Amino acid sequence: MDLTAETVAGVRIIRVNETRIDAAVAIRFKERMRELTDGPEERVLLDLGQVEFLDSSGLGAVVSVMKQLAPARRLELAALTAPVARVFRLTRMDSVFTLHPAVPDPAALRAAP
Amino acid sequence: MTGRAPPPRGPGPAPRAGGNGRHLLLELRIAARPEAVRAALARISGALETGGIGEGMRGTAEIVLAEVLNNIVEHAYAGGQGQIALRIELCPASGALLCATRDEGRPMPGGRLPEGGLPPLEGPAAALPEGGFGWHLIRALATGLWYRREGEVNLFGFRIEAGSAGGD
Repeated sequence: MDLTAETVAGVRIIRVNETRIDAAVAIRFKERMRELTDGPEERVLLDLGQVEFLDSSGLGAVVSVMKQLAPARRLELAALTAPVARVFRLTRMDSVFTLHPAVPDPAALRAAP
Repeated sequence: MTGRAPPPRGPGPAPRAGGNGRHLLLELRIAARPEAVRAALARISGALETGGIGEGMRGTAEIVLAEVLNNIVEHAYAGGQGQIALRIELCPASGALLCATRDEGRPMPGGRLPEGGLPPLEGPAAALPEGGFGWHLIRALATGLWYRREGEVNLFGFRIEAGSAGGD
């Protein structure tokens, strides 16, 4: 499960370098996210720009990450592709997460904590 | 579509597909493992595209098939070994995809399909559900769901209607 992480303007940005978050990788995704979020940043931003497919297992894994970070830390999502946004919409999980159309640039990250 | 069970077939390479856009029949056997499901979904998407099925309907089919096949892997076979027979046929008159699965795993609890209601989403993050989304997605995107148990075999079917292209 290929994820890369960096901290920008105090925000932990994690990019998923995979086209699918599905039943085949959901557990590994959660493990990798735990490893990459062991720092102090209060905000964690998950860049899903390369993810073309997310099933209910993938959705459950993203929710699990959010629950594990809560309540002291927040998980936000960015750059959902149309098929992924559709799954969030159909399950009403688009009302639970902060969704950014794209990864905000550093100035925007600093401006909106 | 009647509740015909897909005929048993050998593993074979790619699924057979009619390419003239009006007649399309895919028949696959899929090992009950998430990686095999993933590979099968890719082959199906390719075959549907070749068969003239548009992107929106292909996306709908992929979500529903992923949920259905993963359910069989996780619950019917419960992580054990097994095969899933899948049949997808285009109904030329309606443009719908008629789909059916056959597996030899455990029966559906209670012998019936789950309702697929969404768990409540209000409240603190710690109370958010991590599961229960699959049947909701299936019921939101597919129609004509049916299930039957015959001896040691589960038979399940559904339709993806033409126009299931993301206007939901």
